[in-house]
Amino acid sequence: MSLDAFRTETRAWLEANCPASMRHPIASEADICWGGRRWTFASEDQKLWLERMVEKGWTVPTWPKEYGGAGLSKEEAFVLKEEMKAIKARSPLDSFGIWMLGPALLKYGTHEQKLEHLPPIARGEIRWCQGYSEPGAGSDLASLRTRGVLQGDHYTVTGQKVWTSYADQSDWIFALVRTEADAPKHLGISFLLIDMDQPGVTTKPIKLISGKSPFCETFLDDARALVANRLGKAGQGWEIAKYLLSHERAGIVSEAAFGGLNPVTAAYQSGEVDETGRLTDPILRGDVARLTIDGLAFEATLRRTKEEGDHGEGVGARASMLKYVGTELNKRRHALNMAALGTDGLLWEGDKPGDGDPAKAWLRSRANSIEGGTSEVQLNIVAKRVLNLPGA
Amino acid sequence: MSFILNEEETMLRDGAQQFLAEEAPVTALRHLRDSGDPVGFSRELWAAMAGMGWCGILVSEDHGGVDMGCAAAGLVLEQIGRNLTASPFLSTAVMGASAFKLAGTDAQKAAWLPKIAAGETVIALALDERARHNPTHIKTRAVKDGNGFRLTGAKKHVVNGAGADLLIVAARTEDDRIHLFAVSPGAAGVTRTPRRTLDSHVPADISFDDVKLDGDALLGGAEDSEAAYRHLLDIGRAAQAAEALGVGQKAFDMTLDYLREREQFGVAIGTFQGLQHRAAHLYGELELARSLVRRALTTLDTQPSQAPLWCAAAKAKATAVSRLSTSEGIQMFGGVGMTDEYDIGLYYKRAQAAGEFLGDDAFNAGEVARLSGY
Repeated sequence: MSLDAFRTETRAWLEANCPASMRHPIASEADICWGGRRWTFASEDQKLWLERMVEKGWTVPTWPKEYGGAGLSKEEAFVLKEEMKAIKARSPLDSFGIWMLGPALLKYGTHEQKLEHLPPIARGEIRWCQGYSEPGAGSDLASLRTRGVLQGDHYTVTGQKVWTSYADQSDWIFALVRTEADAPKHLGISFLLIDMDQPGVTTKPIKLISGKSPFCETFLDDARALVANRLGKAGQGWEIAKYLLSHERAGIVSEAAFGGLNPVTAAYQSGEVDETGRLTDPILRGDVARLTIDGLAFEATLRRTKEEGDHGEGVGARASMLKYVGTELNKRRHALNMAALGTDGLLWEGDKPGDGDPAKAWLRSRANSIEGGTSEVQLNIVAKRVLNLPGA
Repeated sequence: MSFILNEEETMLRDGAQQFLAEEAPVTALRHLRDSGDPVGFSRELWAAMAGMGWCGILVSEDHGGVDMGCAAAGLVLEQIGRNLTASPFLSTAVMGASAFKLAGTDAQKAAWLPKIAAGETVIALALDERARHNPTHIKTRAVKDGNGFRLTGAKKHVVNGAGADLLIVAARTEDDRIHLFAVSPGAAGVTRTPRRTLDSHVPADISFDDVKLDGDALLGGAEDSEAAYRHLLDIGRAAQAAEALGVGQKAFDMTLDYLREREQFGVAIGTFQGLQHRAAHLYGELELARSLVRRALTTLDTQPSQAPLWCAAAKAKATAVSRLSTSEGIQMFGGVGMTDEYDIGLYYKRAQAAGEFLGDDAFNAGEVARLSGY
């Protein structure tokens, strides 16, 4: 089928099948459908929309059909995205399974592992969380100490993970575990898939400066993980983690580019525009203009990177540059949003829906340049792998 | 529109890279400077550039050009920036040709475009009248006089003004609208005062004292002369941004080499994280500028109505980034970066001068705000 024909067909299908209430951009956390064993749908439409998209394989359009996808080409998937955007159709399902584990499973998993784990991700039946960081292993992630001891057909896992987003609502965790005690630190780590529905796994939420957060601590106390649920070989975990981190960075990056937050809109809310629509504070206007310029530049750079990738030029460590630039940009965007709101931005809670959101989003944005590898770690990677500077 | 160079563009870029590195490297600029060249560029080089086909890069085949478009011109300009090549390429082959294409009558196009393509004429744009770019501050007047005009006014800092064979002058007619006029610098009443600038170029302040012009001096082929004028400025901004990108990129490449070679405390200074992070940050900024420059140029070629925002953004970003790259270069070179012997200082100077042309980053950020509706 030609792309144009695919577009026509897709448009018609979306028009017929996307419920009206699902045709608004996701405004807050409450609008997101995460799926999972314990998921309760926010509405009948949310459920219906997910079911219909699952049926088409369009929750994970580029995954092979046998694993729950639709086997679409990159170009077709882009058309689908554009057509969804055209009617403001929201994503039917968001999850770490889709963004992170899925790509790693597709690359490193056995056929059996893919068959077992990918379709439930595609259908929104199993919700995954990521077990990487530990209290003693942040930027120096490879120094992690959660231990897995091989006992017959399974590993017994003990240790503590931190910053595990939504661990308290997740069904399974993909975790980095030190299984080869005598190997050098980067080579002793395995990538294990662990069912959280067992006595050895407990979670505890973390409160942040932005208030309630999805982050948790996750405690593993003689938890069991089948050897069959080890992704890749024993000791290959670090390689897989790096691959997967690049997908996490891509996710953070696309949020930075298309977050939709606009300080100009904020200035209208606080009444800081004149009758011609011009921001009243000239210095703030200049700051916003430089943000606009960098936003356009970043958008163009993502597009260029994608084209170069399709053209066979490796993106590689340049992903670290994008992560650094994108997250710093997002922080600036939130800071200027707060500046444009003035004291209205200081509200923490109120009677109206959305009261306090700007402050919380602003505070949350500070983590962008910490999570998924700090800005400083990204700069180290760029210096070493892109610029080939010595001794880095 | 694509960020990926097609085969033709790749050949053009590679050719420009090789030609300019051999024929017009930084030593050529030093020679022009040290010999006190009165116009600041070499006619022989200009003829050789015409031989490469570059002078007709925006000229249609009918008029003897190769008509490759703004994106292609940007590739040559980036190499010009990398080599600090002094030439009238931007003012003649890009803006001069565009002025005739956008505003010329068929007869004017037929008269001038073949000359431009053949490298037989050097054009300078006499636009600004103030030290800071201000495209609407035009006091120069062209008053109707019989079939022709009388031109009076003063233009500041006309780039390549000292050596140009033809001036394109922005002036207001009696209806107060801005039009472009083709004026010979040799006409009675035209006075050129060359200015030697820090980048060793020789622009000129040019005054017009009741200069008598024929009727066909007016570039009268555009439906809306002011729209043509604004579009010409957009082309100039994107083109100058491409050169500035080359200046910044080459300064960065030189600095990276130095970080690898220079040893202090018994190790290469490039091992120090304090310098590594600054270099890595700069890399990101250059990549952003590169994307905007290409985006602006391809938009000029394929969706000109969308171009103003991208051109202003590209000029703002490339100006700021080339300044950052060259100033960081001087800092990382340390003491030798301050010496005339090392080239990095020449790059810093050129970045400053290129930044001022058609508005610096502050001016163009203002344009971005205006065009974005805030």
